[in-house]
Amino acid sequence: MTQPDRILCDAARLTAHITSLADQIASAHHSDIPLRLIGVRSRGVPIAERIAHELTTRLGIAIPVGAVDITLYRDDLTGSGRWPVLRGTDVPFDVEDAEIVLVDDVLYTGRTIRAAMNAVCDLGRPASVKLAVLVDRGGRELPIHPDYVGMRVEVSPTAIVRVHVAPHDIDEGIFQIERPKQARK
Amino acid sequence: MSIAPPPTPLPPPTPWKLKHLLGLEELSIQEITAILDTAESFGEVSKRSRKKVPALQGRIVFNLFFENSTRTRTSFSLAAKRLSADTQDFTASVSSLSKGETFIDTAKNIEAMGADVMVVRHPTPGAPHLLARHVSSSIINAGDGAHEHPTQGLLDLLTIRKKKKKIEGLTVGLVGDISHSRVARSNIWGLTKLGAHVILCGPPTLVPKCLEKLGCEVAHRLDDVMHRLDVVNVLRIQFERAAGGQFPSVAEYSHFYGMTQARIDMARSDLLLLAPGPINRGVELTPEVADGPNSAILEQVTNGLAVRMAVLHLLSGKFDQKPSEMGL
Repeated sequence: MTQPDRILCDAARLTAHITSLADQIASAHHSDIPLRLIGVRSRGVPIAERIAHELTTRLGIAIPVGAVDITLYRDDLTGSGRWPVLRGTDVPFDVEDAEIVLVDDVLYTGRTIRAAMNAVCDLGRPASVKLAVLVDRGGRELPIHPDYVGMRVEVSPTAIVRVHVAPHDIDEGIFQIERPKQARK
Repeated sequence: MSIAPPPTPLPPPTPWKLKHLLGLEELSIQEITAILDTAESFGEVSKRSRKKVPALQGRIVFNLFFENSTRTRTSFSLAAKRLSADTQDFTASVSSLSKGETFIDTAKNIEAMGADVMVVRHPTPGAPHLLARHVSSSIINAGDGAHEHPTQGLLDLLTIRKKKKKIEGLTVGLVGDISHSRVARSNIWGLTKLGAHVILCGPPTLVPKCLEKLGCEVAHRLDDVMHRLDVVNVLRIQFERAAGGQFPSVAEYSHFYGMTQARIDMARSDLLLLAPGPINRGVELTPEVADGPNSAILEQVTNGLAVRMAVLHLLSGKFDQKPSEMGL
């Protein structure tokens, strides 16, 4: 990958942010509604698994984790010559009447989350859908707001904020990369 | 619980630019693998109670069938509907073709109505290729004469890969009327590209020696090769394409090449039996074999839907990753 211009968060603080997300979710949760996490592929999934692991310790019950692939739900795809990577939706539990927490790495325009909400609602009718993100970088283009936030950063609209998390990456952390000239569409 | 991380895809050599699906002969190994991978992940959509995703919302898929077909046309229509595309059937017998309009003019009219994809079946080999040169819509070959039937080839590959967990190194027998079979041609291209050994078996009139040039082994005695097969694909006698006289009688054909329980017993116990359908029970295979434990005939139909969804999705070219992963 491109050399990062700025390290926004190192591996230890990334883990602390995940713990903070688990704390926020646990304190807002009402025990009479089943709690389920769904990660947005790709990096939302390992983050969701780590939050679920901490929630399991706090709440004393196993919190199941699913994964959504939002490729088929996006409204802004262009034929860019990229090769297809469809990893599939894998939600091994019933979303009906459950409290669903969508988990993603970076929240920016909100379009990914809009697509993820549609994908989840195609599987059933949850009691509620909430949003947990590791990083909120602002710049929303849709009326979407996170319920649980790990960290907020202010970066220029041309910057890229990238989360590295195992097992996808070896060097964990959150990085800011200034984009080469190529303008955002 | 834990969800396995996705396998890291190999860096593709060139930009993805598949616009038409004309045959497996034209596809690279990587393109075939990408279609099969995508089809596997589409299997999940068909298991939902709400079997629909909005991937092709607002797009129009036209079925242009100049030959009879029920299952392929239905499968393409359902695949398009599961992706939220609008579908329209065009049947040659009730069209202006019977009033003298040319094939290309018909297609250009359909293009003018806004067709994004045309699914074409035609008795003449190369007809979809001709259209691909004259219209800007994406063309999917749904069978052109005895030439190719790529989505059938792909669904056979997918069924083999799901059942056997691999294709490379397998020995696959194609039994029957190879000469007149577009399914055979698509199977041969796909299987040999993915590293399987293909044995073509049937009477010399239907399986001429020259087919060895396609990288296959040719055999005329099925009983001699049964024990070597991991997979057998039993093709239909193409009564509508065969001129007649290729074999003395259907009964004799069935005696030498019909898939019976006795022949299944000659093979390995995990032999996978495929048949593209429609099957002629009692001719190419006996009912007990068609419904037996080795048969994956109905799974082929299910996989066919997933393959056609994958192809429709992939020809649209719109499958970027999340913006954050692309650096947006």
